[in-house]
Amino acid sequence: MKKINLDYTAAAPVEKAIIEKMLPLLTEHYGNPSSGHSLGEMPRKALQEARENVGRLIGADAGNIIFTASASEANNLAVKGFAKANMKKGKHIITSPVEHFSILNQLKTLKKEGFSITELPVDEYGLVHPRDLADAITGETILVTIQAANQEIGTIQPLAELVAVAKESNVVFHTDAAAAVGWIPVDVQKLGIDMLSLAGDQFYGPKGTGALFVKRGVRLTPLVEGGTQEKGLRAGTENVALIAGLGEAARIAAVQLEERAKEAAFFRDKLKESLFSAIPYLHLNGHPEKRVPRNLNISVSFVEGEALLMRLDMAGISVSSGSSCTSQALKSSHVLSAIGVPPELAQGSLQLTAGPGSSVEDIPYITEQLAEVTNILRSMSPLYHQFMKEAKQNA
Amino acid sequence: MPEYSDKVMEHFTKPRNIGELDNPDGTGEVGNPVCGDMMKFTIKVKDDRIEDIKYLTFGCGAAIAVSSMVSEMAKGKTLDEAMKITNKQVAEELEGLPGNKMHCSNLGADALHKAIEDYRAKVKAEN
Repeated sequence: MKKINLDYTAAAPVEKAIIEKMLPLLTEHYGNPSSGHSLGEMPRKALQEARENVGRLIGADAGNIIFTASASEANNLAVKGFAKANMKKGKHIITSPVEHFSILNQLKTLKKEGFSITELPVDEYGLVHPRDLADAITGETILVTIQAANQEIGTIQPLAELVAVAKESNVVFHTDAAAAVGWIPVDVQKLGIDMLSLAGDQFYGPKGTGALFVKRGVRLTPLVEGGTQEKGLRAGTENVALIAGLGEAARIAAVQLEERAKEAAFFRDKLKESLFSAIPYLHLNGHPEKRVPRNLNISVSFVEGEALLMRLDMAGISVSSGSSCTSQALKSSHVLSAIGVPPELAQGSLQLTAGPGSSVEDIPYITEQLAEVTNILRSMSPLYHQFMKEAKQNA
Repeated sequence: MPEYSDKVMEHFTKPRNIGELDNPDGTGEVGNPVCGDMMKFTIKVKDDRIEDIKYLTFGCGAAIAVSSMVSEMAKGKTLDEAMKITNKQVAEELEGLPGNKMHCSNLGADALHKAIEDYRAKVKAEN
């Protein structure tokens, strides 16, 4: 059976060129970049090259890139690290309710430690409005952390406007750009961003790679203390091979960004058109235009997401869902709830992400399968039966 | 996706007794879309036995498999026997459920028991 991956946010294959950059750093150039002797030279060079490539992708100086093992870690270093280092200036942090859990959960912890946290409202698309940010900033505010784009629904925030508001009050701005980098142009200098988190695996780099851009002058307390690696902000011998993989992925992403975005959006739009014309009672989640090019998020009315996911998986199609049943915590997506999607629609949500294997030739098969699976599940859905009964009565 | 037993997958892919009976003798509804699962059981009773049983389910793979299994277990049983079906038995018949899906088996037995109670309340009201 043919496998069709529509869950490239979860994982994507790492291309050969990237692996070829990584392998020698585990074998012939296995040295430690901190060594004074010649074995450390190649690994040191590899780190520098990766730093330059990652910096170039986001318009940052290589010297301001701190490597981490994930965007989650970068988010923790940025928010907790900044809060700890700057708490004398104030203890108020502003965020949005649609952030990734690696932001929201640490803010819960900081709240217990005496910080006050403001979650700005979002509209039906998940957009934060700059005026709300302006209203929320107080003399106590030290940090604003708002994502560049949403990890589930793909909505792109008006970063330039939001940063401008924060700058008026001299508040430091951090953005979790894991869902954006590699897919839309993000330039920290042009935007005036102070800190930015990214994840290598979101632009086809290896899993276990991330980075934090920290503007010169922004003070952080390290989460891992020890040696002087990564400017003392992340102790421990660098994972040179993975970092080199991240760097190469960043280099390729910078070159191919426009082409990748165009191809992904083409597939995504065709898929959306096909699904919406073939299947009744679908809803689009997220902004119709201001969204990451590879992201499609829909809700299938009257049915539950895990059942959809399982049946599609049996047809060789991989998707993800924001339903409670697909989460270990048995809670439906906090993002869909924040943008006001009713519970029964959140349960039937599917995230479909385009990637390197996506082909418009597969769209008829995907459509046919989703239509069939939807029919089967609706035929046994009490919500659908209820809806049809009411429709008949009203007719 | 959780690790489901072969039995769960079989009932999920080929659920038995789907539907809603016309003029049922008893109806039992449990759950809501917020928690992610809803079940509606309808039964026909003859000579104190469950002559026919159908259900509609909105929910995950486990919820669908549980509904299907409950309908098979209850069919043909006397009402007293059917009232004794426990969620534990349902889970066992399905060769186990993942830990975080055990609540689905509760829903299935609950919906069945509610349908029987509904029937009994109606009979009582008639007499």
